[in-house]
Amino acid sequence: MSEGATTTRDTVPAPTSGGNGGKVGLMAGPVGRNLGLVIALAILCIVGVITAGDRFADIDNVLTILRLASVIGVVSIGMTFVIIGGGIDLSVGALVALSSVWATTLATQQIAEDTHWIVMVVTALLVGAGAGLINGVVIAYGKLVAFIATLAMLAAARGLAEIISNRRTQIVQDREFLDFFAGDVLGIPTLVIIFALVAVAGWVLLNRTTFGRRTFAVGGNAEAARLAGIRVQRHTVKLYVLSGVACGIAAVMLMARTTTGSSTHGTLYELDAIAAVVIGGTLLLGGRGTIVGTVVGVLIFTTLNNVFTLNNLSSSAQAVAKGVIIVLAVLLQMRLATGEGRVRNTKSLVGGSGSAPGGPGGPSGGGSATPGAPAGARPGGSGDLPT
Amino acid sequence: MTAPLLEMQGIVKQFPGVRALDGVDLDVRPGEVHCLLGQNGAGKSTLIKVLAGAHQPDEGHITWQGERISLGDPQAAMTLGIATIYQELDLVAGLTVAENIFLGREHSRFGLTRPAAANRAAAELLGRLGHPEIRSTAEVGGLSAASQQMVSIARALSQDAKLIIMDEPSAVLDNEEVERLFGVIRDLTAHDVAVVYISHRLEEIRQIGDRITVLKDGRTVSTGLPARDTPTREVITLMTGRTIEYVFPPRRTRPHTDEAPLLDVQGLALRGRFSNVSFAVRPGEVVGLAGLVGSGRSEILETIYGARKATAGTVHLAGRRLRSGDVGAVVAAGIGLAPEERKSQALLLDDSVYRNITISSLGRFARGGFLSGGAEKAAARAQTESLDVRPADVTRIVRTLSGGNQQKVVLARWLLRDCKVLLLDEPTRGVDVGARSEIYALIRDLADRGVAVVVVSSEIPEVLGLADRVLVVADGAVVAEAGADELDEHRVLDLVMEGTAAHAAGPVGTQSEGDVA
Repeated sequence: MSEGATTTRDTVPAPTSGGNGGKVGLMAGPVGRNLGLVIALAILCIVGVITAGDRFADIDNVLTILRLASVIGVVSIGMTFVIIGGGIDLSVGALVALSSVWATTLATQQIAEDTHWIVMVVTALLVGAGAGLINGVVIAYGKLVAFIATLAMLAAARGLAEIISNRRTQIVQDREFLDFFAGDVLGIPTLVIIFALVAVAGWVLLNRTTFGRRTFAVGGNAEAARLAGIRVQRHTVKLYVLSGVACGIAAVMLMARTTTGSSTHGTLYELDAIAAVVIGGTLLLGGRGTIVGTVVGVLIFTTLNNVFTLNNLSSSAQAVAKGVIIVLAVLLQMRLATGEGRVRNTKSLVGGSGSAPGGPGGPSGGGSATPGAPAGARPGGSGDLPT
Repeated sequence: MTAPLLEMQGIVKQFPGVRALDGVDLDVRPGEVHCLLGQNGAGKSTLIKVLAGAHQPDEGHITWQGERISLGDPQAAMTLGIATIYQELDLVAGLTVAENIFLGREHSRFGLTRPAAANRAAAELLGRLGHPEIRSTAEVGGLSAASQQMVSIARALSQDAKLIIMDEPSAVLDNEEVERLFGVIRDLTAHDVAVVYISHRLEEIRQIGDRITVLKDGRTVSTGLPARDTPTREVITLMTGRTIEYVFPPRRTRPHTDEAPLLDVQGLALRGRFSNVSFAVRPGEVVGLAGLVGSGRSEILETIYGARKATAGTVHLAGRRLRSGDVGAVVAAGIGLAPEERKSQALLLDDSVYRNITISSLGRFARGGFLSGGAEKAAARAQTESLDVRPADVTRIVRTLSGGNQQKVVLARWLLRDCKVLLLDEPTRGVDVGARSEIYALIRDLADRGVAVVVVSSEIPEVLGLADRVLVVADGAVVAEAGADELDEHRVLDLVMEGTAAHAAGPVGTQSEGDVA
């Protein structure tokens, strides 16, 4: 016991990661991460201009892209919350279908005609919220895995939509409804404005409210959140309700765009939304993510579709490109994260600063050498402390 | 004296924030059972991982059969003949016994997969272990914990292991199974296989062990003690005692008998863990729970906190009864918990310091649900300054802080909430020895501000130094209660051992009896 004689020391423990190494700029982080995405989008646009010229750069075309992005965009905002909160919602596409069908039944449209078209909107939102509530309760209190619970909802909701609509496409009769949602304000389509409003509201909710903060906490470490006094189950329910409401909004937008309600609406939206959220930099495990990333992710996919369509390339080719982009984007993100960690570790030895250059190997293409790392990048290689 | 099979010298392993190993020496001879003792967090798991090649030591060297080696990865350790049987058995549940035993080496041994030969070889190994009843074609997922352990040992044997590390193998076994495991171990050592045996149960170590190495705070405090005749007291003292003298802050001079209790626990019980626990804590008082691992002390805290639902009994805070099993209500009422597993149970590791501090008081910084980031940071900064969290930057990511500073962040969270009662589970676990006195001073300071504090610690001197009053917990029951100045380390040890012995003699469960540390 050679240490036995040592007297009490009140010293600071030897610093392990010195300098500013541990400080990942909270301001710089999300911007830095999204910068890569914005550059990817810019590259896509340049490709669009080069290959399709004026047809791409046309203001109408841009509005078309935005209009197409708006429906899936709203769904993706809801999905972002669920995923940051540590869950997943596979039922979004089916909920869009169910909401659109329920809001366009003869009965609903009759009531709407007698009173106001807002009835249809409220119906869609309530259906989405209700289904989301079921999702949330089954997951939070029934302890079902989110993947399974929402997969079940996917099947059930679309089935119910088929039953209600009798597999027929239901035409929206209300002119005022269509005029309102299919119109534009100062040249900007209403749908795009709705998407923008939802995105802004989502950003505020995520970054400026207790709800958003708790979402990060629940997704980042559910046990710690619980022991910190957060009612994790209740919060989980709220997240799925939120996603359901987003689906309801998307359903209304889709009803306006297509002038129909149908059980085939929103097919495969769940995959598009998850893809947009994930390439937007949201951690699929939860605890980290941004609204801006999701919005740019949605725009990337929609622009890609547009560029391909303008060049008369098949939708099959689009699908392939989409797959490649998902893999590249996520690989790049991981590179940037671990690269930052590695740089940080070596720098810390000499007490360097935290603002590290981009990952090693000079990432190419859409990624670019992005300064600033994703917030809270894990140090590469070194694991948690075992106890 | 035989040459050592394995020698480790001055092993140091540093993790972000803490030195998990700080100079560990260990030597293992062929054919011996070498027991590794130490409290949770003493560094046993890290040491095992270094030996298994899963962690690379930062300093020190390892000698294997006289040659200096480095274990770059688990494969390297396996090739040398070091096999590890982890507490969480690493078997594939869906495969058969034989498939598990020869996992990853099917082809090299048998050319093309030849299930019949594999089964035969597996049966032979299991027979050699005295467990022919385990069918080599059985699916591992359907086996008992004891049988699964045998499969793991058979796997180690099939790799011609010369050293088998067993991490608390008895934790999942009943008495009879432990006896059979010992039979196997004796057989192994007779064939010159060495075993590093980790257990909390001292009587097992007496039964099976040859020599003991005791770890504490990441250091070897004693090595090569004879397992059979080192007095129990000496062993426990080595584990629970202090290698360094700490200065504990002075207590408030007057006892607080005049004030009404802030926290009042009556007849609290949790089935299978503890029963009939009653005590009261007054404002400004620090009550310590002393006891060994598995005695139920942590569970008592967690039940008070509502993280577990009590099967009986009540908890009152300032005269108001708290609903059992509802953390949210308990926190709202003004109780805070600094849990034992700080990283997994308390902290959002990848989030910033200030967000970790404000997470339990978000309502205060919100108007209509909207947060004011500036007010949050300012409030968090006020806390970190008063607690001297270093570095003084509230936007820093918590993962990068040292253990002591992480603990301060947890305490700051509850200070910000103006908690009336603080429950601290192993408050200095994973805290560098140098920073512990700071935590002690902090706890005393909180009490002086009128907070009622309950401290659980496996280090008896810590409880005695910190608390005003001590409850000794043994085997799920409070066996003694006294002022801290009426007790000393020996007396507490006696009480712990008496209490444990008294219960062990009875028909009580076998899981926790005789645990040390």
